[in-house]
Amino acid sequence: MTTFAFVALLCVSVLGYSLNRHAATRLRANGTRLHSVPAYHGLYSLLSTMVPVVTLIVTWLMLQGPLIDRFTMSGLPAGSLDSLDTGGRQLILAEIKSISRGRIFGDPEAWKVDAADRYVRMHAISGWVLLGTVIVASLGIVGFSRSRVAAEFRARHGVERITSGLMLFCSTIAIFTTLGIIAALLFESIRFFERVPIMEFFFGLNWEPQIPLREDQIAAEGAFGWIPVFLGTLVITVVALFLAVPVGLLSAIYLNEFAPSRLRAVAKPVLEILAGVPTVVYGFFAILVVAPAIRSFGATLGIPVSPNTALAAGTVMGIMLIPFISSFTDDALSAVPKSLRDGALALGATRAETVLNVLFPAAIPGIVGGILLAISRAIGETMIVVMAAGLIASLTVNPLDSVTTVTVQIVTLLIGDTSFDNPKTLAAFALGMMLFVVTLVINVFALRIVRKYREAYE
Amino acid sequence: MADVTAGTNPGPKTVSTADVVRASLARRNRKQTLLQVLGLGAISFAFLMLFILIASLVSSGYHAFTQTHITLDVFIDPEEVPLERLPRGGFDDVLEASLASVLEDTDPNDRATMRALGGLLSNGAQFRLRDRVVEDPDLVGQTIAMTVPVSDPYDQLNKGLIDRETPEQHRRLKDFEIAWFDQLMAKEAISKPLNTGLIANADSRFPELAGLKGALIGSFWALFVCFVISFPLGIGAAIYLEEFAPKNKFSDLVEVNINNLAAVPSVVFGLLALAVFIGWFGLPRSAPFVGGMTLALMTMPTIIIATRAALKAVPPSIREAALGVGASKHQVVFGHVLPLAMPGILTGTIIGLAQALGETAPLLLIGMNAFITSAPSGPFDSATALPTQIFIWADSPERGFVSRTSAAILVLLGFLITMNAISIYLRNKFERSW
Repeated sequence: MTTFAFVALLCVSVLGYSLNRHAATRLRANGTRLHSVPAYHGLYSLLSTMVPVVTLIVTWLMLQGPLIDRFTMSGLPAGSLDSLDTGGRQLILAEIKSISRGRIFGDPEAWKVDAADRYVRMHAISGWVLLGTVIVASLGIVGFSRSRVAAEFRARHGVERITSGLMLFCSTIAIFTTLGIIAALLFESIRFFERVPIMEFFFGLNWEPQIPLREDQIAAEGAFGWIPVFLGTLVITVVALFLAVPVGLLSAIYLNEFAPSRLRAVAKPVLEILAGVPTVVYGFFAILVVAPAIRSFGATLGIPVSPNTALAAGTVMGIMLIPFISSFTDDALSAVPKSLRDGALALGATRAETVLNVLFPAAIPGIVGGILLAISRAIGETMIVVMAAGLIASLTVNPLDSVTTVTVQIVTLLIGDTSFDNPKTLAAFALGMMLFVVTLVINVFALRIVRKYREAYE
Repeated sequence: MADVTAGTNPGPKTVSTADVVRASLARRNRKQTLLQVLGLGAISFAFLMLFILIASLVSSGYHAFTQTHITLDVFIDPEEVPLERLPRGGFDDVLEASLASVLEDTDPNDRATMRALGGLLSNGAQFRLRDRVVEDPDLVGQTIAMTVPVSDPYDQLNKGLIDRETPEQHRRLKDFEIAWFDQLMAKEAISKPLNTGLIANADSRFPELAGLKGALIGSFWALFVCFVISFPLGIGAAIYLEEFAPKNKFSDLVEVNINNLAAVPSVVFGLLALAVFIGWFGLPRSAPFVGGMTLALMTMPTIIIATRAALKAVPPSIREAALGVGASKHQVVFGHVLPLAMPGILTGTIIGLAQALGETAPLLLIGMNAFITSAPSGPFDSATALPTQIFIWADSPERGFVSRTSAAILVLLGFLITMNAISIYLRNKFERSW
C-alpha cells in the first residue's frame, strides 16, 4: 500500500507539472508577458505537492508501527497481560506479529489469533486511509497551484524558496544525527543507572556483565565497573601507538625530504591502500597471521602468551594507523613555510638537521593533532579488537595478557539480544556514551589544535 | 685533524668556525644517513605489512575459488525412493549405495561403513538429487550421472591441506577414508572445477556449500539505500553551506557537527540505529534498509566535504558570468556550478560508498550478522552484508571456512578496488583545470 501511495503521489505531481506548464504556455501564446517561464510554473506545482505529501507519508509510516502495536496490546482481553514484565509483553507482541504473517508455531491461544487478525486489519485500514489521504491531499494541492497560474505569479521565486528550504533541511540532518546519538545514548544510559549505581560504574574495578536468569540465583550477580574495560582499551591503544607513531613519523619524514620522486609515486598509493582496507580484514589478518606469529615467538622464548593478546590486536591496529599518522605528518610538514626550510639550509644545516630541528618543531602542533585523532580512532576501533582481543576484563597492563575493550563489550553485549530492559544490554549504551564522550573530547581538542596551527602560517 | 687543516690553511692560529664545521661534518652526515635509513625502514615496514596481508589472504583464499566435486552414476532405486512418497525418500541411501558400488571393499550391509561413505559427500548432495527427481519423477528406476560437491574434509585432502603424514588419530580423515578417496581419484571420478557456489549460493553451515549470494545482495541493498539517502541530502547540505548559508551561529554549528560526525566511532552509529531505528521506530532487525540508513548517516559527512571541495573548485568567473547575464542565484548554482562540480562530487560519493561497503561494526549491532540461508528478496528482508559475512565465517570453527573467509575478503577487496578505480578514472577523465 505504501508503494501505491508513492506511485499515486508521483502520478498526481507529474500531472500537476504538466497542467501548470501547459496553462502557462497557453497564456504566453496569447501574448501575455509571464513573470516566470512555464517550466517554473510546472516545477512550482510539482514541488509544492511532493514536499508536504512525502512528509505526510514518512510521518505516517513512522507513527503507524508503534501506534498499531499499542492498540493491539490494549485491545487484548483483560487479564491476559497480568503479571508480565515488559520483556514478556514484547514476547507476546512478537508472537502475535508472527501469527499475523502466517507463521504459526504450535497451537496459539484463541485470543492471540484474534489479536493477530485485528493487527492485520488495522494495518490494512491504515494503508487504505493513507492511500486515500495522499490522493485527496495531492489532488487538492495540484488544483490550488493550478489556480495560481497567472501572468504576474512569481513561480520562480516560489520554487527557489522551496529548494532553499529543502537545502536548509538537508544541512540540519547533521545536527539531528548528533542530537539523535546524544538522546539515544543518554536515554538508555539513564535507564542503566536506574538499575546500577552510577558510582559502581565509574569506579568499580570489576566488569562481569551477567544478569541472574532466575530470581534465586545468587552467584550470577553481575558487576559493572568500567575501569578494567577502559584500561584494556588503553593498553591496546598504547601498543598501537608504539608501532604507528615512529613508523608513521619516519616514513612521512622520509617521503617528504629524502625519497626519490619515483619511490614517492609508489609509496603514496600503497599507504592509501593500507588506509582503505576495511577493519574487518585487519581483524582477520590478526587472527590468521599476527596472533599465531606472536604465540610461536613467545613459545620459542619460553614466555607464556595468552591466545588473545593485547599485543596482537594492538600491533594490527598500529598497522592500520600508520597511513593515518603519516598523512597527517606529511600535511603538517608541507604546511611549514618554505622560507624556514630555505633559511636553515642556507645556514649550512644538513637536510636531517633542517627536518629535525626546524621543520619538525614548527609542525609539532599539526602532528600532535594527528596523533590525537589517531588515539581517538584507536579507542573507537571495533572490528580488530572484536576479532582479536579477549572477552574477559582483567585489571592488567601486560600486553601479553588478554584484555577486553569498550567496543568489544558493546558488541558482545548487544549481539543476539533483543530485550532492552536489563542491565546487560543497557550497559552497552552506558559504555557507548563513555566512548562517545571520550572520543568527542579528543576530537574537538585535536581539530582545534590543527586548525589553530594552520591559521598561524596562512 | 685541526693540525692538518691548519697546515693547509694559512689563517689565524685560533680554531676557525670552518674547522669546527668540518670536524663535525662526518658525524652530522652520519646522523643524516641514520635518519634516511630509519625512514626507508619505516616505509619498507609498511610495504612489507601490506605485502604479508595480501599474500596471506591470497595463499589461504585461492583454495576456495575451486571446489572438489565427485561424479557418480546414481541408480535411483525405486525401493528407496518410491514415487508415491515424493518429495520424501531415502536419497542419502541411494547416494551411499552408488558410492559403495564404485568403491572396493565396502559392505553395503555394514551401517558404520555406509555412514562414513555418506560423510564423503556434501550434505547438500541428497537435496540436489531430490530436487532433480521431484522435477522429473520419470528418473526413478533409472541411472543418472551426477556431479556433486564432496564434504569439507575431503575437499581439504584434495587441495593438500590435510597432511597424510600426520598420525591417524590427529587427522580428520582416517586411513581407510583416504584410501577411498584415492580409489575415486584413480577412477577419475574426482574433479576440481571453479567454485561457482561461492557467488551463487547463500550461506550454509557446511563450508563446501556456503556462498556469498545473500551477502552480496544484502550489501547491494544496503548501499543502494545508503546512496539514495545520502547523495541528495549530502549535496543539498553542501550547496546550502557553500553557496547560500549566511555566516552566522547556525552555519558554524552545522559545520562543527559535520566535522565531528566524521570522527565519531562507527560503533556509536550502530548504537544510534539500534536505539532509534529499531527500538523507537520499530523497523525490522537485520534488514538492509536499516543498515543502509545507518551507513547513510556515516557517509553523509564524506559526501558533504567532497561536494563542498568540488563546488569551491569551480572558478568565480563562471558564477559572475551567469549572474551578469541575469541568472538568479539558484539558476547560477543549479544550472552552472553544480554540473561543473559533478565529477568531483561523484568521485567523493564513490569513495564514501566504498568506505560504507567495508563498514562492519554498525551492521553487527543492528543484527546483520544473522545466519540466513536464503538470499534476501528486498531491502526489508533479513540479510547479511559482505563484511558481516566475513565476520561470521571468521568466527566459524570449521577448517573450510578459513579459506572461504579469505576468498570473501578478496571479493570485498575486489569491489573496493573497482570502486576506487572508477573514481580515479572519473577524476582523470572529467577533471578540468581552470
